[in-house]
Amino acid sequence: MKTISASDITDAVAAMCITANHELPADVQTAFETCHAAEEAPAAKEIFRQLLENSALSRETNLPLCQDTGLGVFFVEVGEDVQVTGGSLRQAINDGMIKGYKDGYLRKSSCDPFTRKNTGDNSPAIIHFDIVPGDALKICMMAKGGGSENMSRVTMLAPAQGWKGIKDFVVNRVAEAGPNPCPPTIVGIGIGGNFELAAVNSKKALMRALDDRHPDPGIAELEDELLDAINALGIGPMGLGGRTTSLGVKIMVAPCHLASLPLAVNIQCHSARHKEVIF
Amino acid sequence: MAEYHLTTPLADADVDQLKTGDVVFISGHIYTARDAAHKRLVEALDAGDALPFDLKGALIYYVGPSPAPPGRPIGSAGPTTSYRMDTYAPRLHSLGLKGSIGKGKRNDAVKAALKEYKAVYLGATGGAGALLSQRIADARVIAYEDLGPEAIRELTVKNFPLLVINDCHGGELYVKPNLG
Repeated sequence: MKTISASDITDAVAAMCITANHELPADVQTAFETCHAAEEAPAAKEIFRQLLENSALSRETNLPLCQDTGLGVFFVEVGEDVQVTGGSLRQAINDGMIKGYKDGYLRKSSCDPFTRKNTGDNSPAIIHFDIVPGDALKICMMAKGGGSENMSRVTMLAPAQGWKGIKDFVVNRVAEAGPNPCPPTIVGIGIGGNFELAAVNSKKALMRALDDRHPDPGIAELEDELLDAINALGIGPMGLGGRTTSLGVKIMVAPCHLASLPLAVNIQCHSARHKEVIF
Repeated sequence: MAEYHLTTPLADADVDQLKTGDVVFISGHIYTARDAAHKRLVEALDAGDALPFDLKGALIYYVGPSPAPPGRPIGSAGPTTSYRMDTYAPRLHSLGLKGSIGKGKRNDAVKAALKEYKAVYLGATGGAGALLSQRIADARVIAYEDLGPEAIRELTVKNFPLLVINDCHGGELYVKPNLG
C-alpha cells in the first residue's frame, strides 16, 4: 500500500494547472513549427507565426497562452494499492485547481447554468476517476476552453451507417464549426460504448500526443483517413484558408449495444493545454 | 489588401473604406463585452436606462480577459467566439456601434446590420491572448464589476492588430469548407 498525502496532491495539481496554461505541450509546439514552414498561404503562415510568438511570450511571462484558461478537467487513474492521507482525493484535486487558478492569475470560467453567476474560483473541477491495478496515482489535467467545447457533438448513429456514417458526421461537424473553435484543431473521437462513454472517450482521446500512433493499425489508418478528409476542407488556421484545419485526429473505441453506434466528436482548439503527474 | 491605422471613435468614412481581408490597426478606446454584459446592455436599453459607454462610433471587443498579474494592466486578452453575441449585435449597430472584434462566423442578421448601419466585423487571432495583451496599455472596469471576467472594461489600445472579416459591403473573409 502506498500512501500519498492530500496536501502533496493539492500542490502538484496547483502547479500543473499553472504550467499547463503557460507551456504548450512539446508535440503541439513542434506541429506549429512544421505547419509554419509548410503553409504557403500568407494568412495561414502569419497565424502560425503569431501562435509561435504567443507561445514563447507565455512561457517567458506571467500571461497564460489564452485568456480562456478553461474548466479544469481531470482524468485520474487510482491504483488499488494507493491510500490518500489527510483528506479525500477529490477534495485534494479540487483544492489544487482552485489554488492554481488563483495563484496563477488564470481566469475563473465556471458559472451557474441558469443565473450565469460565476462560482468565483473555477470550481468544481470535472474529475473522471478510474480504478486500476497497482500502487500508482496518475493525474492528467486538461484546461478545456469553451469555444471549442461548444463545437463538439454526441450522436447515436444506426449500426447500418457504419464507417461512412461516422466519417460523414465528423467531417461535417468540423466543416460546420469552421473558424469558431480556433483551428487548427485536434479532433477527439469516441466510437462505441454508450451515450456518456462515447463522450468521455472522445475527450480522453485528446490526451494522446499528436505523434502517438494508435496501437491498432486499423484504427491508426482511420485516424489518418479522417485527418486527410478534414484538411481537404481547406478551412485553415483561424478559418482563413490553408492546408492545416486540424493537427491530428485521435480515436478511442469501445464495444457498444447491438442496436447502437454511439459517436462523440470533441473538438480541441490549437491551444491544446494538458499536463500529467504520476505519484 | 490594404492596411489602415484607425483611431476610435470611428466615423462612417473610416468603415466605408474597409474591405474584407484588409489589415486594421486600432488605437484609442475600445470596450469589452461578452455574453453576460450584452444581456445587461440590452436590458438597460429595454428599461430606457443610459448605457455605461457611448455607442456612437464605438468598437466592442468580445473578450473576457484573464486577471491582470502584478505589473500588467490586463492578463491575456484574445477574442471569444462571436456568434453568441449575434442576437444582440444588430440592435447595438442600429444605435451607432461601428464595429465588433471577435473570432468566428456571424449570422445573416448581423451581416445585414453591418450593411444597413455601416459597421464592420473585425477578427483578432484566437488563442493569441498573451500576444494581443501587449497592445493594451490600460484597462479599467466601467460597468458590471460583479460579472468578473465578463465586466465591461474600457481598454486603451495602441495599434491593436485586426483583420476585416465582414465589411459593410457584404464581403466575407472566411473560407467556405470544400465538401467535394
